[in-house]
Amino acid sequence: MSLDQIVDGLSEVSCDVLVIGGGTAGPMAALKAKLKNPKANVVLLEKANVKRSGAISMGMDGLNNAVIPGYATPEQYTKEITIANDGIVDQKAVYKYAQNCYSIIEELDSFGIRFLKNENGDYAVKKVHHIGTYVLPMPNGETVKKALYRQLRRARILISNRYMATRLLKSADGRIAGVVSVNTRTAEMLVIKAKAVILCMGAAGRLGLPTSGYMFGTYENAANSGDGYAMAYHAGAALANLECYQINPLIKDYNGPACAYVAGPFGAFTANNEGSRFIECDYWSGQMMLEFYNELLSGKGPVFLQLKHLHPDTISEIESTLHKVERPTRGLFQQGRGVDYRNDSIEMHISEIGFCSGHSASGVFVDDNARTTVPGLYAAGDMASVPHNYMLGAFTNGAVAGIDAMEFADNHDFAEFDAADVAMERDRVMAPTKREDGIPPNQVEYKTRRLVNDYLQPPKVTRKYELGMRRLAEAREDMQERMIARNAHELLRALEVQSIMDCADMAAHASLYREESRWGLYHWRTDFPEKDNENWFCHTLLSKQDGKMTSEKRAVEPYVVPIADDEKDLYDKQRIRASA
Amino acid sequence: MPLASYQTSVPVVVDDAKCIADKGCTVCVDVCPLDVLRISDMTNKAYMAYDECWYCMPCEADCPTGAVTVNIPYLLR
Repeated sequence: MSLDQIVDGLSEVSCDVLVIGGGTAGPMAALKAKLKNPKANVVLLEKANVKRSGAISMGMDGLNNAVIPGYATPEQYTKEITIANDGIVDQKAVYKYAQNCYSIIEELDSFGIRFLKNENGDYAVKKVHHIGTYVLPMPNGETVKKALYRQLRRARILISNRYMATRLLKSADGRIAGVVSVNTRTAEMLVIKAKAVILCMGAAGRLGLPTSGYMFGTYENAANSGDGYAMAYHAGAALANLECYQINPLIKDYNGPACAYVAGPFGAFTANNEGSRFIECDYWSGQMMLEFYNELLSGKGPVFLQLKHLHPDTISEIESTLHKVERPTRGLFQQGRGVDYRNDSIEMHISEIGFCSGHSASGVFVDDNARTTVPGLYAAGDMASVPHNYMLGAFTNGAVAGIDAMEFADNHDFAEFDAADVAMERDRVMAPTKREDGIPPNQVEYKTRRLVNDYLQPPKVTRKYELGMRRLAEAREDMQERMIARNAHELLRALEVQSIMDCADMAAHASLYREESRWGLYHWRTDFPEKDNENWFCHTLLSKQDGKMTSEKRAVEPYVVPIADDEKDLYDKQRIRASA
Repeated sequence: MPLASYQTSVPVVVDDAKCIADKGCTVCVDVCPLDVLRISDMTNKAYMAYDECWYCMPCEADCPTGAVTVNIPYLLR
């Protein structure tokens, strides 16, 4: 029998803690859960293969948010992220991250992952943010996934690759009971009962369409289609601040980072077509993205990352990092374009929209213990709401989730779910395979994502959003009634389209709810162009209530680290001033 | 509605002379995050079955014989 042929099957297994997603947060969550209770069963479920899955498939060039004693304090970091995120931050979780992340760095070091040190043996931390110093290069960053995998094997974590989770199961009293999943190569279904479930399923990175038109040429790993966001939504969990989109400054067409975090500390900078700097700081914030967007449209574009003024040895050093880790095909791309960093600047553009707390603040709502609003359900990494948390945040909060979830599992028995829920989910999953004729998933996906670009991309215009929602509803009807999958691989794509469609609906709903502008370009509403702290200094929580998408306000928790009035708008002053 | 197949020049290329999939190797197929590589039942060699590539490189980096080359997809080259 050949791969991808559809097999009819349904089986059931159980475990104590189930971790879904084997990228960055997931392996750390699984490891910490298992170390907390070595007798318990921990399963790590992955849509691709844990060896090479997630945002750091090919490693990472450095830590973007390392709070290292002697360079930065947890208080300073918490303050910076609060300001960068326009004040809408529950500081407790950020502060806890800032306190814990140094011990995670030491632990990663013990796994064999190296961090740059200076001649005195101290960590060589670099400044990229507006205020503090938090960027720490990783000289052997290409080995991260291998190092993690070794730890998982050593701890005897049960790994199930090529299973896509599709819906969470709950008991009648609302507690998490398990998950329904489907094998991406055979379409056989697997129900996994679990006492606690941790979602580590990455960003919603396949939401907007890249300007190249290539559907999989996204900024995020294209496997990150927002399945975690959709699953959390259908399970009744709250999602926070989804209108705070992720939009990033990237190498035009290639659509990967240029990368100012690597090159900036060596003296590279973002310049306009006149070769002039126009932003104060290359740290990715919504306010910075707004200036980037304005410059592109001002007639002073294109925008470039400029390195050619640096010493050739420095350029070689930057090149060896950029072309080795994270997105190593950057070198191949520049070679194809005839771009040599010694003579040419790197043309940049802005990315498609997505959800990602790793870089902005759009995620499944979690508290400082990584708990969602559903008992027994946790989230960590790019899909959980702790803002700007990057790779080190995924590791650190993944660890928090793993420990707390195992405690929960130790104190609870399996919750009972209704067998009818499984039967209903099986019908939904398999529906595209039962049709003889219809629309293939790639066409439904292209259309949905093209609509996202046309109608949902900032600037956000109310009338455009209303039209966009109508068009998306029509595409949804096609998806539900007419989409076909002729083999298991197409079924995987068909299921991903359903996550993408849910994320598009959530993006539109959340954006219309917040009637102000905030976070620079991320939530720029032309009908409400001003920041309105009186009415909107709050989180927004989106959830499914009685089957309907609903948004509500949630107060920002009292700050742990106070912010002085004259510090609040530091990130609003991104544009280089023309005169004194 | 009838379906037509769509021509596309795929970014991942496999050198059949170097590929040892016919000896049982499935490394590139195993590691691909987008699951787009397959072993041909005609040649018993690896090939790109679906043009859904993130040009990320694990297939090329992990191939034990250096048979796999990742190119930039034409649309964004």
